[in-house]
Amino acid sequence: MSAFLALVRRDLLLSFRIGGGPFLGLAFFLTVTAMLPLGVGAKLNLLGEAAAGFLWVAAALASLLSLDRLFQADAEDGSLDQLALGALPLEFAVLAKAIAHWLTTGLPLTLAAPVLALMLNMPEAGYATLTLSLLIGSPVFSLAGAIGAALTAGLRRGGLLLSLLVLPLFVPVVVFGAGAVSAAINGFEPGAAFLFLGAVSLFSLVLGPVAGAAALRIHLS
Amino acid sequence: MVAGVEVTGEGLSCRRGDRLLFTDLSLNARPGTLTAIVGPNGSGKTSLLRMIAGLLKPEAGTLTLSTGGVADEEPATLLCYLGHHDALKAQMTARENLEFAARWQGAVRDPDEALARLGMTRQADLPVGYFSAGQRRRTAFARCWMVGRPVWLLDEPTSALDSAGRAAVIDLIGAHVADGGTVIAATHETLIAGAAELRVA
Amino acid sequence: MLRFANPKKFLDLSGALLPWLWLGAIGLMGWGLYAALFATPADYQQGDSVRIMYIHVPSAWMASFIYGFMFIASVVGLVWKHPLADTAAKEAAPIGACFTAACLITGSLWGKPTWGTYWIWDARLTSVLVLFFLYLGYMGVWAAIEDRAKAARAAAILCVVGVINIPIIRFSVEWWDTLHQGPSVVRFENGKLAPSIDPSMLWPLLAVAVGCTLLFFALLFVRMRTDIARRRIRTLMTMKAAA
Repeated sequence: MSAFLALVRRDLLLSFRIGGGPFLGLAFFLTVTAMLPLGVGAKLNLLGEAAAGFLWVAAALASLLSLDRLFQADAEDGSLDQLALGALPLEFAVLAKAIAHWLTTGLPLTLAAPVLALMLNMPEAGYATLTLSLLIGSPVFSLAGAIGAALTAGLRRGGLLLSLLVLPLFVPVVVFGAGAVSAAINGFEPGAAFLFLGAVSLFSLVLGPVAGAAALRIHLS
Repeated sequence: MVAGVEVTGEGLSCRRGDRLLFTDLSLNARPGTLTAIVGPNGSGKTSLLRMIAGLLKPEAGTLTLSTGGVADEEPATLLCYLGHHDALKAQMTARENLEFAARWQGAVRDPDEALARLGMTRQADLPVGYFSAGQRRRTAFARCWMVGRPVWLLDEPTSALDSAGRAAVIDLIGAHVADGGTVIAATHETLIAGAAELRVA
Repeated sequence: MLRFANPKKFLDLSGALLPWLWLGAIGLMGWGLYAALFATPADYQQGDSVRIMYIHVPSAWMASFIYGFMFIASVVGLVWKHPLADTAAKEAAPIGACFTAACLITGSLWGKPTWGTYWIWDARLTSVLVLFFLYLGYMGVWAAIEDRAKAARAAAILCVVGVINIPIIRFSVEWWDTLHQGPSVVRFENGKLAPSIDPSMLWPLLAVAVGCTLLFFALLFVRMRTDIARRRIRTLMTMKAAA
């Protein structure tokens, strides 16, 4: 456990010292959200209707932004070799790094989402559901994203390929997440959507580290 | 004394892309010895080290790490690997780098003790990004010594080092070998007298 | 290991099969399409546009079938390290992507006269679109990683992850469809494939489907043989450069 937490702590430290921690992703989230009314026009009812889905898509893109550095930096400076020779299997290294990634992207986005929802005139009934759904669903962006990040770790320009690889994997979370919010707004019980969201999240908790570690081992060799 | 670990390889072949680097290579490194891997550039010295470290799967052949004749189940936890890259984070201080390694890989020595042994005490609290290549190499070697596992796999351990750094590194390698450790190094220089030589064609 | 790497057996076998595959593919598709275009009646509701079905439905089948084929080849490649399996998966992908694109394009063309719009976000079309992205990503991995052995393993892992995810994606999209499908969209009453399809339409459809499968294997074998030849040329060139 101490080794696992040490890696989470190291990645958090690095994220704050290099990338400005959670602030870059938040700034992106804010900028994209500000562009929506500029693009579709400031019609409040239209924005309110699109808010839930849009915020989910924006959160997916904001998470994607820092994903390509998840293993790239470690691959470049040789740290990946040392991670592979740790007391814990590589799967746990992937999990620890995905958790650190979520703490610096998914979690801050979740906390910022209600404020942005306010700016987009989202109906009040959706706020709690939006926050809760992002809290449950956004770890998938880091966990399933880790698979794509691991597959493209050794590549010079992996960023574009990475988005092509992981966005299809993000489809179910966005569907269930945004679905839960619009159900709540329209006066339905979002329980079913939450169950699916939780299931996808738990599933990626297993698949992400296993497939991610398998992909990293290719890069090591 | 460290636990004596014997490294045995039989019929090893290595392929990089379309090229076959070496075939049917055998090696036997016993506890308390230094094996120097020699050969021209591109002959597969680094690949052989990575293979022993378990990072690279051999195309053919078998590799075993055994303690007292019994093959080990988890060879990864028996060895330190010092590669071309120093595997240090530029944004973290030397001590932070070593403290993380101590928790991720386990350690038999204190980070400060290891840095002091390599003459890096003054720089311990500086971010590694400010270090020269030689200072980074010393820090990376300090990590290896701190982790202190029985088998050391060293890729050009003395590269970029000044004479004082070289002396410290060679001294520690000698001490580890005398202590019953197994050292396999890809190197062009004579690290200690009586080293076995393994030629990679 | 070396026994598998030698593709002579495959070259002999595929060489012998190829003429028959071509013959079967052209014959079945030719007859099926003739029957579809001229012999079968037009739909009482949709008119002649229903004839797109004879391309659209087999393309949709092939899109799934080829991904399944790639999955099996990937698993064989990962577990038994069979180089031919890697080649098969690699060379199947562009064919699968083409069938998927054909399915999307014909679906869209069919949509205009039937639904009044070129694209509707219905569950089936959307999941085929996601499948198309999976194909593109798979081909992207092969293209991006230079070392062939590494590319094969990375692509295989991606393919397996994709297959695990396809049911989840499909389910989510279907769930989403029932949520979003408002009454504003004019729905096609009969469903794409009525359960009791008339035999005069079923036989041409099956003929085209089987013909497409044969076409797939013919194209696959040609592509694999080309790939083997390309690699042989590279080996010869490398040997020449070294000599």
